[in-house]
Amino acid sequence: MEMIVCIKQVPDTNDVRIDEKKGTLIREGVPSIINPDDRHAIEEALRIREAHGGRITVLSMGPPQADDALREALAMGVDEAVLLTDRAFAGSDTWATAYSLGKAVQALGDFDLIIAGRQAIDGDTAQVGPQMADYLGLPQVTYVRKVKVGKGRLTVERALEDGHEILEIPLPALITVIGDLNEPRYPSVRGIVTAYREKEVKTMTAADLGADPEKIGLKGSPTQVKKTFVMVPKRAGEKLEGSVHERVDALIGRLRDRNALR
Amino acid sequence: MTGEVFIYAEQREGVLKKVALELLGAGRRLANDLGVPLGAILIGHGVKGMAQDLFAYGADKVYLVDAPELEHFLTLPYTTATVKAIKDFSPEIVVFPATHIGRDLAPRVAQRIYTGLTADCTGLDIDPESKLLVSTRPTFGGSLMAQIMCPTKRPQMSTCRPGVMRPLEPDRSRKGRIVKVDFKPAPGDMAVKLLEMVKEAHRKVDLEAAKIIVSGGRGVGGAAGFEKIRALAEALGGEVGGSRVAVDSGWIDHDHQVGQTGKTVAPELYIACGISGSVQHRAGMMGSTVIVAINKDPQATIHSVADYSIVGDLHEVVPALTAAIKAMQD
Repeated sequence: MEMIVCIKQVPDTNDVRIDEKKGTLIREGVPSIINPDDRHAIEEALRIREAHGGRITVLSMGPPQADDALREALAMGVDEAVLLTDRAFAGSDTWATAYSLGKAVQALGDFDLIIAGRQAIDGDTAQVGPQMADYLGLPQVTYVRKVKVGKGRLTVERALEDGHEILEIPLPALITVIGDLNEPRYPSVRGIVTAYREKEVKTMTAADLGADPEKIGLKGSPTQVKKTFVMVPKRAGEKLEGSVHERVDALIGRLRDRNALR
Repeated sequence: MTGEVFIYAEQREGVLKKVALELLGAGRRLANDLGVPLGAILIGHGVKGMAQDLFAYGADKVYLVDAPELEHFLTLPYTTATVKAIKDFSPEIVVFPATHIGRDLAPRVAQRIYTGLTADCTGLDIDPESKLLVSTRPTFGGSLMAQIMCPTKRPQMSTCRPGVMRPLEPDRSRKGRIVKVDFKPAPGDMAVKLLEMVKEAHRKVDLEAAKIIVSGGRGVGGAAGFEKIRALAEALGGEVGGSRVAVDSGWIDHDHQVGQTGKTVAPELYIACGISGSVQHRAGMMGSTVIVAINKDPQATIHSVADYSIVGDLHEVVPALTAAIKAMQD
């Protein structure tokens, strides 16, 4: 099974702080990690390879620092790593990102399966996977939490809000996966040494992809960010004073006045 | 001429989802601002009967795609059907629900049409000057809000979280028009087979539909402490919510989580107990009509976003409140 795993390097949002005045992120000192859902995608590819053989290429688009995320994937055990990096990609929205990654997949040659995490914790859009699948003309299943490999096809379990469905999908295909799927492994010491000393992260530019310059980066992106801001607390609350019972009675009175109690 | 505003009316297994009615509420406002009709895309098999509900909740037209191949949701034929409806009728705006179906379908549609799609919006407005759709969404785990526009490509598309928009009061006398959309699956559209659909047994809390929510956070202190929260919720006839800390600590199940990584809720009354009010939590509950904060830390942000706040120990205040509510009901 030839597999491509799409990953994104993201700031650890648990550590992100905000400049409340400017309405922007303070990025300094925030560690970068492999997006959590994508780590499950890597793990699943490794398990499929262990059971059925094959090769795994991890693919990412980002600044040169994203090399770290790809090395980590190599340390976990994937075979190859490719980074799309070029100033021309800057400002890509999900459409342009999906187009660029799609072009890269076409440049990489034949494959059976593309696995991506459902969504990245910085943007939370969950769009790039399905958008790529459409660009490549592949069938897709999103929110996958169980995978069984069959001959020329997969049987997968897709999580729904109130249950799940079981689908059979012919290969080649694209799936996006959620955290329930597996427990990602830690890289071994030997894996880390090999990833940094022996393995190579191949880089590709917009020109290498033969991408249409009108469809990449900011220019190729249909959406534009108009502004960002910190959500301003919008109500000045009334502080209720007195003993516990006085405050409770006052609260009930206020809530009744506003018909908030039934 | 400006195109219409469309919403995607999600139905599953012959049941129209509540989020469809919520999107109609939002769509009605956008359509009125633009002075255009509101259309609902309804896809399925034998689903024509749902049109009346869609009219009652604000749709002027229902774009109906009905075919045996569309009986169950499958990404590929549903994409073909949605793209067909959009290409045939050139709407200005299309709003999808940010559900497992909407988030599977809308990106494919956007890619095929080459237009912009903004994910998981919590606000949808028309910019008064440019008449463009402004989609507001939380980003970076809810710590920042972004406003996104799609200036040149059409339609302008967004997905919108369930529980965020409010349905209109239904008007059963409202009439509308059903417009049939031709559909033929494209080659390969039926390649993915649905083998089985399983409803999971455990009762799902329906936080999005709750009129009253009592939520607990770090200050609750443990699973045992949640009994006090539960008792108040029960006395009020409401549901129980929890902050991320409460869920991550295992005091309450993930289904109950309110906030950026949980549910977005908009009840008539939200009582936050022992919750500090992180921006991630606020992202999930600021749509509530009345917010009450009970927290012993006078500096907690939650006090400044509440309508009424009690600086005090929830372990005293909550039981006293529960007792007073019960006494009132007797």
